[in-house]
Amino acid sequence: MRLLIKHTTRYDYSAPVPYGVQQIRLSPKPTRGQVVRDWKITVEGGQQQVVFDDHHRNHVILFSFEPEVTQLVVRAEGIVEMSDTAGVVGVHQGLAPLWLFQKPTEHTRAGKGCRELVRMVEGDSDLEKLHDLSTRVHGAIAYETGKSEIAWSAEDALAAGHGVCQDHAHVFIACARAMGLPARYVSGYLRMDGQDEQSATHAWAEAHVDGLGWVGFDVSNAISPDTRYVRVATGLDYTEAAPIVGHRYGLAEERMDVSLRVTQQQ
Amino acid sequence: MSRLRPMETPSAASLVPENRAKRLILVHFMGAKAAKPRGFILWSENSIARAVTQRKHQIMDMFDEMHGHDGAVRRPYKTFDGWLSQEDAGRLRAKQREAEDLFRLTGITFNVYGRSEAEERLIPFDIIPRIIDGREWQRLERGIEQRVRAINAFLHDIYHRQEILRAGRVPREMIANNEAFLPQMIGVMPPGGIYTHITGIDLVRTGPDEFFVLEDNARTPSGVSYMLENRETMLRMFPELFSKTRVRPVSDYPRNLRRSLAASAPEGCDGTPTVAVLTPGIFNSAYYEHAFLADKMGVELVEGHDLRVVEGRVAMRTTRGYRPIDVLYRRVDDDFLDPLNFNPESALGVPGIMDVYRAGGITIANAPGTGISDDKAIYSYMPEIVEFYTGERPILQNVPTWRCSEKESLDYVLANLSDLVVKEVHGSGGYGMLIGPAASKKELKEFERKLRARPSNYIAQPTLSLSTVPVFTKAGLAPRHVDLRPFVLMSKDGIQVTPGGLTRVAMKKGSLVVNSSQGGGTKDTWVLED
Amino acid sequence: MLGKTAGGLFWMARLLERSENTARMIETGQRIALTRAGSGADDWMSVLQAGAMSQGYVEKHGEVTADLAIDWMLRDPDNPASVLSVVGQARQNARLVRTALTHEAWEAVNSCWMMLQDAMARKVRDRDLPKVLALVRERSALVRGAIHGTMLRNEIYDFVRIGTFIERADNTARILDVKYYVLLPSAAAVGSRLDNVQWDTILRSVSAEGGYRMAIGPDVTPRGIAQFLILDKCMPRSLNFCCGKLRDNLRYLASDYDLRLPCHQVVDTMCRRFLSHDINAIFDYGLHEYVQEVLQNLSALSNQIEIDYRFYG
Repeated sequence: MRLLIKHTTRYDYSAPVPYGVQQIRLSPKPTRGQVVRDWKITVEGGQQQVVFDDHHRNHVILFSFEPEVTQLVVRAEGIVEMSDTAGVVGVHQGLAPLWLFQKPTEHTRAGKGCRELVRMVEGDSDLEKLHDLSTRVHGAIAYETGKSEIAWSAEDALAAGHGVCQDHAHVFIACARAMGLPARYVSGYLRMDGQDEQSATHAWAEAHVDGLGWVGFDVSNAISPDTRYVRVATGLDYTEAAPIVGHRYGLAEERMDVSLRVTQQQ
Repeated sequence: MSRLRPMETPSAASLVPENRAKRLILVHFMGAKAAKPRGFILWSENSIARAVTQRKHQIMDMFDEMHGHDGAVRRPYKTFDGWLSQEDAGRLRAKQREAEDLFRLTGITFNVYGRSEAEERLIPFDIIPRIIDGREWQRLERGIEQRVRAINAFLHDIYHRQEILRAGRVPREMIANNEAFLPQMIGVMPPGGIYTHITGIDLVRTGPDEFFVLEDNARTPSGVSYMLENRETMLRMFPELFSKTRVRPVSDYPRNLRRSLAASAPEGCDGTPTVAVLTPGIFNSAYYEHAFLADKMGVELVEGHDLRVVEGRVAMRTTRGYRPIDVLYRRVDDDFLDPLNFNPESALGVPGIMDVYRAGGITIANAPGTGISDDKAIYSYMPEIVEFYTGERPILQNVPTWRCSEKESLDYVLANLSDLVVKEVHGSGGYGMLIGPAASKKELKEFERKLRARPSNYIAQPTLSLSTVPVFTKAGLAPRHVDLRPFVLMSKDGIQVTPGGLTRVAMKKGSLVVNSSQGGGTKDTWVLED
Repeated sequence: MLGKTAGGLFWMARLLERSENTARMIETGQRIALTRAGSGADDWMSVLQAGAMSQGYVEKHGEVTADLAIDWMLRDPDNPASVLSVVGQARQNARLVRTALTHEAWEAVNSCWMMLQDAMARKVRDRDLPKVLALVRERSALVRGAIHGTMLRNEIYDFVRIGTFIERADNTARILDVKYYVLLPSAAAVGSRLDNVQWDTILRSVSAEGGYRMAIGPDVTPRGIAQFLILDKCMPRSLNFCCGKLRDNLRYLASDYDLRLPCHQVVDTMCRRFLSHDINAIFDYGLHEYVQEVLQNLSALSNQIEIDYRFYG
């Protein structure tokens, strides 16, 4: 299956920005079951500075703001060829040691809420337990947009009882790590059935299971990723896998608009 | 005209009572590495045997580097002593004052944090040099070189394959649970493979051939400007001394530093690399040193707000526009280096500099993430680290340290609690520390309980009897405790240990605190030609 | 050179020049006070005004007395323009640009600061005042000498000179701005003793009484003073002299960098507009308006230099 992706992020500033930089992680990762046929990233109002692969093997582009811009538009588009792997990403690659993925981060520290979830988890194998965990996290946090905050930790989301895909992923990761399993955050694209326009980019989680390697879990949709899921960036939590992070000077306020189209060819 | 007597307390006998007080603790000093937990730690194999040896030393009188127990002058100091005995005390006092005026005029001061600029303070300078003979130095030099080589290899390994963890020579938790491990450095190959361009190794001495490494400084070691200015001052005031004694020069340090930094420029850098020094600014306690080094190297002294990412490089704002930098000698801690990648609140750094670094566009010296090698918890594994990467026995010893997580060590520590210093592994600043010899019965009991409850949280060390060197006081010469920080440069062309270093001296009688913020002073350090 | 360094040099020089000018004004005020009866509150007020320090003074002390005015201008830490504050800031700038200065130049600045700090650690007694003021002048002269004698004549020196002459021109213009009315024909017509004292004040404020006699002659007239302070080509504190030096040093930079920038246009225009007339034309135009415009132009030039040579961004 071929997915045609057109992703535009537009930033409007209330005043000219004297200077700033943005790190962009918007290139789909080479992954089993995912072949990038064509991909292009452009930035209006910015200048490309450097490209490199980070410690999670994400392809990163650093842009700087052109002087005194009031609008910045980041466009990522291209074609990705997908085939089904039943959610299995496979063996761990790269130099980042697996133990790194067992360490809690600020967003994924297991507190009372996570530990309680973990205690209830059942299953004969790690894989079964992870599926059970996914179901329990799904049950504990209702998917509701517009009511959560980007800075929420796993415990914050559990306490609130609602959240978005980012919160589902964080809670799953915190719990998996509390169970002693390496886990990571994935940001990417999802083609929702029957619709080309997507409301936002998506996020899910992966856990490392002996024998299988990394396995994906989309808690929000209670399934493992299939051919509709395009992996873009991974990290210990949201902060490392976010599509765009920036740092800018000046006091201008920022407004962001995202438009995302994922269409299926053939 | 009064002549100087050799010592205020010339005989071994008179040293003994004072010596008890000295068996305190090394209280640790120098404020340059504020972020780092400090102190000293551990040891592993044969630690108990070594510790026993160590205890014997403590019972002996402390070691004075100039005078033997019989009052006789030791060999390296003979010529100096000959000169000193001919000197008039009044003239020396005048010279001492002159030296201080010189320092003040030059502006060699350090700022005290949180106070107004009027609080710039002078570090006391003592005119009696600390003298090390050529043979002693050779051994130190070999040991330091070996240690720095091992540290660099360790850093490369820990940020790549982590063979030392796979081999089980250093426990994984030591790295995994360590704040100083910087994941962003995983897989990054610094230009030339060099992580520790500049290292300072803190040494203490307890006997004729006994030097211990107290701490490694692989982040941004400071103090080298004092090493250079102290020598400059001595040369200005006592030129005749240097014609009598052959002292190895230190003055080429800035030139060597520049050469060493330039040799570590990124691949593909054409022509003469552009080097710059990054300072947190004029209110930083070590600003004088940053300006001094930039000046002596003939390079720009920049602050974060002078720099931007331009055309894929880090560039400085000049009167003619932005000019790219090849090698940045940064005196800003990792956490503040890049608000985009690290602490977003930092106003001292350059957003995106890590990205340029990871793309190979600039050399950062020292490399980010070197803190994992000089961390308190890692210190105890340095003997293993040296052996693992060099295949040799360590030439320099660590201060013996018992890791209470190991049962045998714990038993020993519990049995000898009143003789030991016990510290929290991740603690800093002397909190949660037990000083056995100074503790009450109640405190000992209390600590014993803590140790049994969480042994892995603690390490223990013997109290060391630090060597002394005389200082010049109103009453004549008086022995005071010293330590030594030699400075080491590393590039792909090799390792250079500057012959000398910074000798810090506790100016108060009996004190072991050589910390400049607590009244510690400095001395010129002489390494004699063979 | 870093833009920040250029800015640091410029400000170091401006502030050093300012401290010396302030000391000279205190000296003048003191002299007037000694040569006449009464409290001299008005005279001290105009001295404070010439140094742009009157507002802060009034806020802190209210009524003007010689004692408090001197302390305010000399050493009060609450006054950012006091001699001691200004020298402290000059030294901070010198630290910032330490790598651009010679050892001697830095030590001269540093020792200037240290000695003045010592001398002004406590309130300065009347009888010590001349000595302390002399120290300020001496130490400034030493700094100037060290810079003059040891620094290369390159961009570093140019920025130091530019800072010096902007500040000096600004100072002379401000003295004229505060005292212009005593130079007006209407005031001259009165010809009272009071006016003679005022004229003397103006000349002394810029250390020009001797120079005036040499250049103009023994008769002190308002027009002569204006001519001397505005247009004289030899008087090192005249507007004409200072602006000429500004133009020269900016030209050195332009030729050094092989780059003409907007500030060069600003300085050329300024010289042409304000210094190519004779003194009668200036009086016809209106001395007050003229001085006001010169001050505005100096400020605009300073801003343009800051932008062109990237002091801050």
